[in-house]
Amino acid sequence: MNSLTELYQQVILDHNRKPRNFRVMEAADKVATGDNPLCGDKIDVYVKLNGDVIEDVSFQGSGCAISQSSASLMTTSVIGKTVGEALELFSDFHDMVTSELGSPINKEKLGKLRAFGGVREFPSRVKCANLSWHTLRAALESDSDLVTTE
Amino acid sequence: MSKTDTGAALKTGQELNIDAVRSDFPILSETVRGKPLVYLDNAATSQKPRQVIDALSRFYEAENSNIHRGVYYLSERATAAYEKARGSVQRFINAPRTEEIVFVRSTTEAINLVASSYGRSAMGAGDEILVTAMEHHSNIVPWQLIAEQVGAKLQVIPMDQTGTLIQEEYERLLGPRTKLVALVHVSNSLGTVNPVKAMTTLAREMGITVLVDGAQAAAHIPIDVQDLGCDFYAASGHKMFGPTGIGILYGRSKLLEKMPPYQGGGEMIRSVSFSGTSYADPPAKFEAGTPHIAGAVALGAAIEYLESLPWDSVLKHEEALLRYAEELLGNIDGLRIVGRPKHRAAAISFVLVGVHAHDIGTIVDQDGIAIRTGHHCTQPVMEFFGVPATGRASFALYNTIQEVDLLAEALHRVRKVFGL
Repeated sequence: MNSLTELYQQVILDHNRKPRNFRVMEAADKVATGDNPLCGDKIDVYVKLNGDVIEDVSFQGSGCAISQSSASLMTTSVIGKTVGEALELFSDFHDMVTSELGSPINKEKLGKLRAFGGVREFPSRVKCANLSWHTLRAALESDSDLVTTE
Repeated sequence: MSKTDTGAALKTGQELNIDAVRSDFPILSETVRGKPLVYLDNAATSQKPRQVIDALSRFYEAENSNIHRGVYYLSERATAAYEKARGSVQRFINAPRTEEIVFVRSTTEAINLVASSYGRSAMGAGDEILVTAMEHHSNIVPWQLIAEQVGAKLQVIPMDQTGTLIQEEYERLLGPRTKLVALVHVSNSLGTVNPVKAMTTLAREMGITVLVDGAQAAAHIPIDVQDLGCDFYAASGHKMFGPTGIGILYGRSKLLEKMPPYQGGGEMIRSVSFSGTSYADPPAKFEAGTPHIAGAVALGAAIEYLESLPWDSVLKHEEALLRYAEELLGNIDGLRIVGRPKHRAAAISFVLVGVHAHDIGTIVDQDGIAIRTGHHCTQPVMEFFGVPATGRASFALYNTIQEVDLLAEALHRVRKVFGL
């Protein structure tokens, strides 16, 4: 059960049960929808910007514990960051969940997102962890496009 | 090892020896993450017995050559093996004639062939195609494509909350504009066995063509296309212990003869010139290009394997697995079985309150248990039952009661991991 407890850490289960910033944002500046057509996970990400700073982020959708908690923790991680910082954080997150087993994880940069370190042992679940981030990036980089991580 | 017994109808009157059957399937002695493999994803693809694996390698080692065109010994042998397999398929589904068996890649290709060829030549604006609410995407999308091209309309036969088709609605939908009914024999996501014979009879009384998607039926239910009365029957080799990449289409001769080719190429012609081409008779007309010869031959071996088993005992065993699984899974807190058809084969879908199907799949995999999670290529079914995805355990004749116990234990563990 070791890799399982590593994957389903308490913080992940907690965010899955009680997702933070789980709401439609009426006054959003940017919106994007992302989905995994093969598994049916779907998510809408809403962003409110103040200049270059992400003032607020929220999401709505349905999916597995990994995709839901990843979306929830993403929102709590990027609020207050600049667009550039958020995209950099995605890059670090992406590197972590696709890294080789046993390779070091940049703990300082990733903070609570380290909880998703266990995902790299489950290649079929990487797309679940990345879905919300891909969707956030789509929202930030364009007006509103459907995103897919398949 | 089970003996093969060619030419015989499905055997009855003996007990199925599960241990012997399991020893025919080499993969069943593999371990996964240090645990014995518990393979419960047979609706996606079945495992292969030694007899099929041997037939594949024997073909490539001793018989490989192209068919129908060589005059040399090897080509004659390969042609004979390929055509013998066609005969095995004919016998297995009790088709009247071998020419009514077309080798294709898969059930999907069989349906696309009919939709494209029959659809283009026999359907027009205002015609209606009836499909059921529980079809696999592969028995929906080809019809949508052809409907769009010819201006026909897709109509859906609804089901109730048990996952059973509503026959009164079916009768109401059958009408003068109905051109074709496309119907799944056994639902891949719900396990429902549909009353194909009765439904076919109703349609044929009105002169309506019927196609049956038998992908999930072929390994679980004896098939008799003459008794069912359907015009087309499609199945996949790999779901009935044969190789991937080979499938079968049965088509009534009268229809196949009138239908235009599906693909053009070698094999399917009588003569070719730049001023015009005439086509071969069925089934060659529908087998353009070099087919999956080894696959067809190995599918023949799979059929011989199936014919060697005592089928009344197989059916009893599979029924017992399903009933036991329904009972055991149904007793797990928070678990809901999706679809409760009276007549079920092969598969059970379920959801667990508070846990998404993908998380279930990942967790039980840690115990070596392979189940399918997701929408099973039946998104309209998921929508109907209001679930984003389900877990699905699907059985084959080599599965055991102990494996159902292991699945139930693993599902209890899922709840524990999620703190439920």
